[in-house]
Amino acid sequence: MTVSILIFLPVIAAVIVAFLKNSAARYAALFFSIAELAIAGLFLSKFVPDATTQFGIDVPWIAKFGIYFSAGIDGISMIMVLLTTILVPLIILSTFNHEYKNSGAFYALILFMQAGMLVVFTALDGFLFYVGWEAALIPIYFICALWGGENRIRITLKFFIYTFAGSLFMLVALIYLYLQSPDKTFSIHTFYALKLTAPQQSWVFLAFFLAFAIKMPVFPFHTWQPDTYTEAPTGGTMMLSGIMLKMGVYGVIRWLIPNAPLGLVHWQTLITILAVIGIVYASIIAFNQKDGKRLVAYSSIAHVGLIAAGIFVWNIQGLQGALVQMLSHGINVIGMFFIWDIISRRLGTRDISQLGGIAKVAPKFAIAFLIIVLGTVGLPLTNGFVGEFLLIGSMFNYSAAHYQNLTIVIFAGSTIILGAVYMLRMYKNVMQGEVNELTAKFTDITGSEQLVLGIICALIIVIGVYPQPILHISEAAVTNLMNTLNGKLVF
Amino acid sequence: MTTLIIISVLPIILLYLGLYKATKALLPVTVIGLIAALGFAIAEYKTPDTAVPIYHGMMLFNNFSVVFSSIAIITTILIVLLSGGYFEKISNHVAEYYAIMLFSLAGIIVMVSYYNLTMMFIGIEIMSVSLYILAGIKKNDFASNEAALKYFLMGAFSTGFLLFGITLIYGSTGSFSVEVIRDWVLAHPHIDPMFYTGIGLIIVGLCFKVGAAPFHFWTPDVYEGSPTLITAFMSTVVKTAGFAVFLRLFSACFAPLSDFWAPILLVITVATLFIGNITALYQQSFKRMLAFSSISHAGYLLFAIVALGAASANSVFIYATAYSVASIIAFGGLILVQQQSGNDNFESFNGLAKKNPFLALVLTVAMLSLAGIPLTAGFIGKFFMFTGALSRYQFWLVIIAVINAIISIFYYFRVIVAMYFRSADRTELVVPAYYKVVFAVSALATIIIGIYPDFISRFI
Repeated sequence: MTVSILIFLPVIAAVIVAFLKNSAARYAALFFSIAELAIAGLFLSKFVPDATTQFGIDVPWIAKFGIYFSAGIDGISMIMVLLTTILVPLIILSTFNHEYKNSGAFYALILFMQAGMLVVFTALDGFLFYVGWEAALIPIYFICALWGGENRIRITLKFFIYTFAGSLFMLVALIYLYLQSPDKTFSIHTFYALKLTAPQQSWVFLAFFLAFAIKMPVFPFHTWQPDTYTEAPTGGTMMLSGIMLKMGVYGVIRWLIPNAPLGLVHWQTLITILAVIGIVYASIIAFNQKDGKRLVAYSSIAHVGLIAAGIFVWNIQGLQGALVQMLSHGINVIGMFFIWDIISRRLGTRDISQLGGIAKVAPKFAIAFLIIVLGTVGLPLTNGFVGEFLLIGSMFNYSAAHYQNLTIVIFAGSTIILGAVYMLRMYKNVMQGEVNELTAKFTDITGSEQLVLGIICALIIVIGVYPQPILHISEAAVTNLMNTLNGKLVF
Repeated sequence: MTTLIIISVLPIILLYLGLYKATKALLPVTVIGLIAALGFAIAEYKTPDTAVPIYHGMMLFNNFSVVFSSIAIITTILIVLLSGGYFEKISNHVAEYYAIMLFSLAGIIVMVSYYNLTMMFIGIEIMSVSLYILAGIKKNDFASNEAALKYFLMGAFSTGFLLFGITLIYGSTGSFSVEVIRDWVLAHPHIDPMFYTGIGLIIVGLCFKVGAAPFHFWTPDVYEGSPTLITAFMSTVVKTAGFAVFLRLFSACFAPLSDFWAPILLVITVATLFIGNITALYQQSFKRMLAFSSISHAGYLLFAIVALGAASANSVFIYATAYSVASIIAFGGLILVQQQSGNDNFESFNGLAKKNPFLALVLTVAMLSLAGIPLTAGFIGKFFMFTGALSRYQFWLVIIAVINAIISIFYYFRVIVAMYFRSADRTELVVPAYYKVVFAVSALATIIIGIYPDFISRFI
């Protein structure tokens, strides 16, 4: 049993679903995504949480260039695979109330994108990683541009060019590493073993960083993000914010820092400061948003900023925190976008100032919304808390060790306070207060909506109360990565 | 060399068919003849490559020649298939059209298998003279005549440069033979300026033929004025052959002198990339955009010469194949859209996806391939080119190429945006059966090469 099953099932599913119509396409897509989740569950049950790479596949692909179809799952990849396979069925289920024209194409693109992302999360070959990276980009471009809002053409082209530009520089870096390798392969293990000089690593670092920073996005490369999230159809926004931006974070952990640790040493301070600026900046902007979907988009920048900062300080605690937080953020953010999708579909507006009092007319919806808000702001016993606690802790260690002062960690920590302020304020304005003419006709959630929100709320609480299994999956792999790198830094 | 003989005799048969008004037989005879020629070409493929020069050292039909002749013949077959019903509309002399195109192809077969500079020159001239006629084959059309005249004048001018360059090299070495010139270069550590001038003039002549800046000025007008299928032929088969000539001459003879010519070609490459791409951005006509984008693709192909090495032939082969199949889809799609809407602007592609999902899909595949997006052949071509250039430490060249690849997204995606995201009232467009076959084959080839390039890259 190899990871290729996991990669190719969504491709086959996409081809089948592309030929189906309307509800047949919907149910087929849901079926295949659940099958994919079941396979991931099977992998998880057989997974041994040590530092090794498991379920590997390694076959020649482009022999002349030393390119192999080489992929496998270790603890870090396992978390990402779980993230992808859990969220995709939820996302598909959450689109059941939309009548997309050409729904076969819509779901086929989502499934194809899932395959691309799974390649990214499991690839052990630089070329394969790049191909997966782009294979995930093309479908989301079409999803946003075909089913998006009014300004979609201009905005999605901006998004595409932005990310494509970043990834081309990453391609140059990958080819560069390949040419430096003694036996001319794209294998990640060969890349890890390379001994590059500090200036070389610095350039490699920058080239990779550009690609990942645009994808995450890290301030100041975020300008494509709020527009794209707002204009994309909700399914697309969820794919982007829930899973796709984690490709950038994962890239940093797997490809950026281990390949250019001296580059990290060189650029660490600057990047950490940029990430922290992004947290504060996005939080302040989120505070002033009238459009709920846009508010969530900015809050997502703030949360990812914290994840990025936690990785770039590079310690075990930060990495573990980042992995848990990626999973939690994925769950919370698609919950949040789904909430706004429900509101805008029922009431035709996302303007917070026009809403109010929904809690009175829709109690079930109010509970779900509250749990998701609490998860997002990181209340203890919700999933957001575990990750944020570890991340802030890692920032604290870094900042105490390097600068003997805590300015950075104080600013980074403000994300929790600011996040609580704008999220709870949003909740208050939307859900509490007097019922007005518009919100009076709000009907409570039904059927598939209940199911999606129910699962999301359950995940928020379960991970929040008992995060240990998730931390355990990645612990050995993270420790191993850290040790390899510490060995590499001493020469 | 049976291939060359078949391709030379075939047009004469076609002319006789034309004489006896057997217009219906033209297309099948051409296709069958070309398939036979292709078969004979492939039969000469040997592993390992043991071909020796033939005809007293005038030609060398080795694996390089087999591969490039095959791609030229296959591309021609695809173009010929597209021409069913196309030329009857614009000309009464259909047989001549097929015949001249095949004469041009005969020139191309000589170009990819020469082993003596005279043969190189003769090949280029057979090809060019045929093209001058083809460009002006719409006798009563003003633009077509303009294209032919421009092409002829500029072509003749550049031929002068090429010939002058060959003469100077003859003056230094005393021979036209590729082998003798190679040995002469290796034996002479100090080479006289006359030889260098010869290389410079040959570069000018060849850059003209492949449409590289600053010798590209003829391309947009000629490409726009010529009948669309002839444009397709010029920008695919002819361009590929031009690079085959470039590659054989430079890798066989001038490789040790790269310190001299590499900087010149580097400047030409960078200029070609920027001029082609930036001008393409401002075009309103799809056909003119393709003309300028073909200039920028010449720039990417030049990478293989600038970073000349063992893998160069392979890179050019893959890139040229990818570019050719994608261009055939683009030009074929253009012909259909133009026939329906009467013009070749981007707007005439609006809303195509609704009425003709198949056509829109294959055009999308072609545009993604031309833009170099992974899982298409175009990406593999660019990847090979970038790797080659980086292995020669041409970092800045690759960075410039990356910037250009980003620019090119704008104009290639304009077509996709028009087809899928803009709406227009349009009637269904009939895609003839031949076109469907050609499109399907080309799109499949694009994707197969994109996913598994070893499929063709192991041939050379």
